[in-house]
Amino acid sequence: MVAGAIDGLGEMANADAWLVHRGRFLDVTFLLATGGEEYLVRIYRGRIEEIVKGPHVMPRWTFALGAPRDAWIAHWQPVPPPGFHDLVAMIKTGALKLQGDQHLFMANLRYFKDLLALPRAQPEAAR
Amino acid sequence: MTPVLKPVFEPVTGRYLRLQIGGKAHRLYVEEAGTGVPLVCLHTAGADSRQYRALLNDADILSRFRVIAFDMPWHGKSSPPAGWQTGEYKLTARAYVEIIMAVVDALGLDRPVAIGCSIGGRAVLHLALEHARRFRALIGLESGAHAAPYYDLDWLNRPDVHGGEMCGAMISGLIAPTAPEADRWETIWHYMQGGPGVFKGDLHYYTSDGDVRARLADIDTRACPLYLLTGEYDYSCTPGDTRALADQIPGAQVTIMEGLGHFPVSEDPPRFLAYLRPVLAAILEGTPGPGRGS
Repeated sequence: MVAGAIDGLGEMANADAWLVHRGRFLDVTFLLATGGEEYLVRIYRGRIEEIVKGPHVMPRWTFALGAPRDAWIAHWQPVPPPGFHDLVAMIKTGALKLQGDQHLFMANLRYFKDLLALPRAQPEAAR
Repeated sequence: MTPVLKPVFEPVTGRYLRLQIGGKAHRLYVEEAGTGVPLVCLHTAGADSRQYRALLNDADILSRFRVIAFDMPWHGKSSPPAGWQTGEYKLTARAYVEIIMAVVDALGLDRPVAIGCSIGGRAVLHLALEHARRFRALIGLESGAHAAPYYDLDWLNRPDVHGGEMCGAMISGLIAPTAPEADRWETIWHYMQGGPGVFKGDLHYYTSDGDVRARLADIDTRACPLYLLTGEYDYSCTPGDTRALADQIPGAQVTIMEGLGHFPVSEDPPRFLAYLRPVLAAILEGTPGPGRGS
């Protein structure tokens, strides 16, 4: 389940000491959209402080990442198919929309690629 | 008594080559190994000749080919020319061809084979157009006639984003998910080591100045055979881009490589070499070889 994968994202991220270390200068709230659901993900010093599921009234975020549910499921396959294996690949094909101020996303691109690949380790995410 | 250990050296020799390119003195770092037909290796944008470490260590290839890989100026151990600090680095098609031919001439190579990846894959098309009779065969990896930028290239070189982290993270997804971890991360490391603005400067050639779409009809594979191999996970130069290129060049041989991305030489050498060996054998035998002819 996509929702289950995102629910577990905070715990998986915060348990990854190297990921948190690499995000130690990162404070940001971004919107994660999965085709129907929207989540506000708040990161402070590389740790996920909270993930709040919508609907949101007047949400505030720095950047937003949105893709249809099927695209996230493809991204989270143990061996994702070509074109769905990487966030930038998905941006190129249009499967993933990046909106807002990209600066923190780009400056921490490896962090966000690794963060949003974590559900690959959860077999239920890929269904 | 400490036992005397014999040093474990690879068969690779690295030397500095002094030559003039574009009227400027250069000191290029060149690695080579093996004997036989010269095989000149061209690395990708923003990287260096370490990408060819597997070819330079493959006993079978080294028994038949003199494998030569050099760092382009600004890359790896080849410094920029004097005066670099006064302007922006931007690779052009003319400069790239000039670099390659300067190395071929300086080493006195007689009809070498050239293999290039990404910008190197584009460069072999320029060689096919302008110097076909100087080469025995050309091998383009991740080779397309043109590539439109799919992100704002300014992110690669700006003071408020770490250039090494940016270049490494940007190209990481161009590697197939099945690549061995050590080779994946060595490939990324090479990108993290690039000088400021060098990857971006190479992409000036890749995304703008090196566009050969209008000239493809002038490539004659009878003068010099052309082999094109592209990885299925490459979203920079996609399999579709390479097929579209080959459709415009009669006689070009196309192979789409499963389980490989944009850096086949470096990201998963064993898998890549399985695709390359039949091509090298065909070149030595003078037969068309594997791949779908266009």
